[in-house]
Amino acid sequence: MTERRERGAGSREPDAPRLDRRQFLRLSVAGGTASLVAACGWDGGNAIRPALLSVSRFNDWLGEKVFYSPTRLAPTYDASERSDRLPRYFISRTMPLVRDPAAWRFVVDGLVERPLSLSLDDLIAMPRLSYTVKHHCVEGWSAVASWHGVPVSAVVERCRPRREARFIEFTSFDAGYANGWDLASAIHTQTILAYGMNDSPLPAAHGAPLRLYAPTKLGYKMTKYLLGMTFTDRRPGGYWEDRGYPWFGGV
Amino acid sequence: MTPDTHNAPRLLVKRHHGLVRATHWLSFVLLAGMVASGLQIYGAYTRFGERGGPSYQPNPFQDTTFPAWARLGGWLAGALNWHFALMWILIAVGLVYVLYLAGSGEWRALLFRPRDLPGALAMAQYYLRLRADHPPQGKHNPLQKLAYTSIVLVGALAVLSGFAIYKPVQLAWLATLFGGFQLARYWHFWTVWIFVGFLATHVALVFMVDPASLRAMVTGWYRGRFPSHD
Repeated sequence: MTERRERGAGSREPDAPRLDRRQFLRLSVAGGTASLVAACGWDGGNAIRPALLSVSRFNDWLGEKVFYSPTRLAPTYDASERSDRLPRYFISRTMPLVRDPAAWRFVVDGLVERPLSLSLDDLIAMPRLSYTVKHHCVEGWSAVASWHGVPVSAVVERCRPRREARFIEFTSFDAGYANGWDLASAIHTQTILAYGMNDSPLPAAHGAPLRLYAPTKLGYKMTKYLLGMTFTDRRPGGYWEDRGYPWFGGV
Repeated sequence: MTPDTHNAPRLLVKRHHGLVRATHWLSFVLLAGMVASGLQIYGAYTRFGERGGPSYQPNPFQDTTFPAWARLGGWLAGALNWHFALMWILIAVGLVYVLYLAGSGEWRALLFRPRDLPGALAMAQYYLRLRADHPPQGKHNPLQKLAYTSIVLVGALAVLSGFAIYKPVQLAWLATLFGGFQLARYWHFWTVWIFVGFLATHVALVFMVDPASLRAMVTGWYRGRFPSHD
């Protein structure tokens, strides 16, 4: 028999296909509703957004305890592999600038035995690390650049955090931009206070005179235009972190 | 066996276990959420390739913002939070489905194997109208097996490329496997269009070839052209 005859027989059958079509209509309505919900640019509303943020905290925990290895190093590149450009970014309306670079100090305080106030020359005199690494932005772009500066671990050694210190808040003069870090990420070998980029002094467009750099983090975790770092026992927030972005931001 | 059952009353057979039906519909809803939040995330940087370098092609959606009805999350952070929450549930649902197939032996009716190749060709001829009669089949024909096997593999590809994007440094080996962070993004994006294409074909064939299978996926009971089970 042919397919045509068979289909004819099927359509004469009393129940099954017709019921299926009715169910299809019902499904279509449900699907349409879901699409409308999506159309509102829904971030979950007051009902679901808190749940999504709780999962985000769980993901922070996973990022810190499961995915992150304190000894794993980000891959490094050859200087010839540098990207042609790296977008600049700040939240102030105009590019933040230090009025008097000689008077600028990097202040280390909070839960430490020995608070510090370091000039740029003080920082340059400390151990120096240079690398060429890939920058990962939360937006999805990436770019390779070289950075040099003082490992945060060298500063930590010098200021001697107290036992209760578990976090660091990095503060800036870019309209209050700040980031909270866990201590383990901060003392990672490749986490540096960078005063140089692509073999030159750090340009104002990229956070001069001093910025945080870490190839194990998303770009928004690397505070630019630094003022200081404060050791705390409570998890500090951050500019984008407080607005819904993942706190840990590890890559 | 053969679908020439139009004279006799059609058999009512139990076709899908509750776990299969639940994971089927959950996957549909969760995947829709993943795609919609993914399209919102894509809007933050609408191309693939290092900054200042060439962009990977083909990408018909380069520099394209998807319409609001197709996006979920409202803005990048909202979309990321949806994406990073739904992903765990979808992975769990996918694992339950695959483990059920493995444990129950149901995989035999779904896994495409080399011996299915001749049957797949016969089915292709039928769909292309090079052949008049529907080849005899069991619960699923060889082309269905090919589709259902492939889509599970595409799902695995979506998960793996997703992890490569999520932790490109901690899972650097995985990112390298996909050709780097930007190519992992690229493949991850393409799995979306494979899923969308699969969905369109899947729904079209349900209504054109075997509408009774829709009821089977809702209630578990099937009364249609292909009642036999292998």
